[in-house]
Amino acid sequence: MTSIFGLTVEELFLYIVFYGFSALMIAGGLTVVLGRNLVHSAFALLATFFGVAVFYALLGAEFLAGAQVLIYVGGILILLLFGVMLTQRIYDMNLKTETFQVRPGLAVAGLVFLTLTFVAVRTPWKRLGFVVEGRSINDVPISNTAELGRLFLTDYVLPFEVASVLLLFALMGAAMLVRRRVDL
Amino acid sequence: MIPLEHYLIVSAALFSLGVLGILTRKNAVNVLMSIELILNAANINLVAFSRYSSVNLSGQVFAAFVIVIAAAEAAVALAIVLSLYRILKSVNLDRATALKG
Repeated sequence: MTSIFGLTVEELFLYIVFYGFSALMIAGGLTVVLGRNLVHSAFALLATFFGVAVFYALLGAEFLAGAQVLIYVGGILILLLFGVMLTQRIYDMNLKTETFQVRPGLAVAGLVFLTLTFVAVRTPWKRLGFVVEGRSINDVPISNTAELGRLFLTDYVLPFEVASVLLLFALMGAAMLVRRRVDL
Repeated sequence: MIPLEHYLIVSAALFSLGVLGILTRKNAVNVLMSIELILNAANINLVAFSRYSSVNLSGQVFAAFVIVIAAAEAAVALAIVLSLYRILKSVNLDRATALKG
């Protein structure tokens, strides 16, 4: 077995993909939050959504990775871009956006990050049973899409139906909200 | 295998970036983008825990519901932003101070 830095080639590849896409996601997130141009922010969000899809793939959730690309990249991001285009006067290229309360915001966000990181690092996940030793990538069923579909139609059938009704009403409500008022 | 903590830290970074965006941006569409960042960060946690623990696929099921609700939320929120823009001619959140248009 060839090994580099004490890791097998597969592990090394996994680490490179993980850290590469982590960097991409955090750079995208920074651009979304700190960028001056709204369109740039929207496209940086694209990078972040793709990074999340790659994380799902790394975690063996291939159905969610596909859904992430289809729904977030293909749906929500396009919707957000429509939002940007329809609410700015695009012809004078004034797509700038303002920030306020930067210092308190940075303090709160920094505190949130430090707290979450502290909890993530210091909690003994193994002892609490959240991490089961010896689970390798081979333990995950090759296609967990079928298992996910079975769960949706058995254990989670009520939330599944409620979610579909919610989607219907949300779309009807959205169409209601933006229609032009017509006097009948 | 990549330790669970690394996923949690990346997700924490995305979450705090989303919080920062909500607190500091004035543009309503930009605040929406930050909310999507937070939802994605939570989703990474759900899928990561579902992968590393013995609790099977329930984390992935919850993540799928989060994606569905994020889609509904984005549609309704953008409808609200568009009607706000029609009334105020701006999407600056500081100017949206009245409940009735």
